[in-house]
Amino acid sequence: MSIIVSSIGQGLLWAVLGVALFLTFRILDFPDMTVEGSFPLGAATAVTMIAHGVNPYLATLAAFVVGTLAGLTTGLLYTKGRIPILLAGILVMTASLSINLRIMGSANISLLNQKSIFSSAFLQHLPKYFDSVVVGFIIITMITLGLVFFLQTELGQAFIATGDNPTMAQSIGIKTDRMTIMGLMLSNGLIAFGGAVIAQNNGYADINMGIGIIVIALASIIIGEVAFGDLSLNERLVAVIVGSILYRLVLLAVLQLGFSTNDLNLISAVVLAVAMMLPRLRHALKLDHVIKKGVITHD
Amino acid sequence: MTSPVFSLQDIVVTVGDNVRILDQLNFDIYAGDFITVLGTNGAGKSTLFNTIAGNLPVASGTLSHNGRNITNTTAVSRTNTIARVFQDPKMGTAPRMTVAENLLLAEKRGQKRTLRPRGLSKDKLAEYAQLTKVMGNNLDTRLQTATGDLSGGQRQALSFLMATRVKPELLLLDEHTAALDPKTSEQLMHATNDQVTRNHLTALMITHNLADALKYGNRLIILNAGKIVLDVRDEEKAALDEAKILTYFMA
Repeated sequence: MSIIVSSIGQGLLWAVLGVALFLTFRILDFPDMTVEGSFPLGAATAVTMIAHGVNPYLATLAAFVVGTLAGLTTGLLYTKGRIPILLAGILVMTASLSINLRIMGSANISLLNQKSIFSSAFLQHLPKYFDSVVVGFIIITMITLGLVFFLQTELGQAFIATGDNPTMAQSIGIKTDRMTIMGLMLSNGLIAFGGAVIAQNNGYADINMGIGIIVIALASIIIGEVAFGDLSLNERLVAVIVGSILYRLVLLAVLQLGFSTNDLNLISAVVLAVAMMLPRLRHALKLDHVIKKGVITHD
Repeated sequence: MTSPVFSLQDIVVTVGDNVRILDQLNFDIYAGDFITVLGTNGAGKSTLFNTIAGNLPVASGTLSHNGRNITNTTAVSRTNTIARVFQDPKMGTAPRMTVAENLLLAEKRGQKRTLRPRGLSKDKLAEYAQLTKVMGNNLDTRLQTATGDLSGGQRQALSFLMATRVKPELLLLDEHTAALDPKTSEQLMHATNDQVTRNHLTALMITHNLADALKYGNRLIILNAGKIVLDVRDEEKAALDEAKILTYFMA
């Protein structure tokens, strides 16, 4: 039972990444590799600050701000520098590896005996793993409500239109470059924020913790879409959160089969690839037909 | 005559090895003009539109708006006064957003977009139902439909409504009925004429349909090799026929 609670808690915490990546991957309609840099950047910022005695809540917010700077850099390279988005993201991701080392001063910082956002007395009194569920739920609820509000504002609608049809957006006076930069800043700010929270949950920040992050975030988006099909925009954000939890449960099942945590990146990639191919496979293998046939008594 | 709203003086636009797409072009647009634009492929019609809209840099010459030089202003800043309907139905609307959402977006042309709620109220929807009804193609029953699921004719009608939602000082119609079937095309052309005349819009309309060019508008220009070879209005325009127009295409 407790490992399922743990999976749900992890799913809720990691859902921040899925929702953040949704802003660029689904709304602006491009894959932003910056997240593999901004995730450990947020972790490094928060953990280093906490280790130097800064209030953990303040440190987590600082991680958000630093993440927006990473997004700003990618945005400027892409819109003003005309560097293709994939490459712009990879450049910032690579650069932030060095920056993270500069921030932390070493490849790994532990939070042992330090206060974090998980050390409040209330959370300490909960049964094991319930602290991540509570913190994860509060954080993802606040972020999702914030995004739901934002996307329904005039500015949010202009942001959506930019990803949907930039030519049309420009023709009605939307500054698409500015919208793109704003989306990248918000997305990477949230990713870094997520990095800060997850590092505190793990109890350490590591220089390599960004590897494979984009696949995990994508997996929650795609699994949510495959599981729920056609949804409104607000519902899709919730589907990403559920997708993130489902992804953790799939990982749990796979680990139960005897795979080790060393295989996680391979498993993540396979899960994502299968989820992305599922609509095609369903068609090719006539799965719907087979399922229906099982229900209907005569053809 | 009063002074022009938009004025192009000695405009030169080049591509590649100094090939002149627009060649010392002079053109004045007066308030209330509904100008049909004719010309063969490559005559410079689309380039003329892109130059006015600010999507192409000019090599030399000036473009002014109410006497103010706007040659070097950005395309986005010009959308405050210039609206455009594209030829391709996919270009003018956001496919994953609904008809109502697209109209709301267009309503903010020329204004700052802030963190105010977008304001898609019941009243707004009722207003949009009225607005879309005049196009006569059931758009009013599909306000909550994603525009990607509309027919080409409906999308073009929506694009037109979006372009005119905030009254522009100049409306650019870039063969906006060309991608539609003859019946839908005629219907949209009719609605276009209706709206342009009723709301006293100033409009430029590219068309390859000579009959439309003769039938609609108060002024007609023909472009050839980057220059305006014919510019007629009112009675002079009424006296034209298709055979006469074709002679200018050869020049």
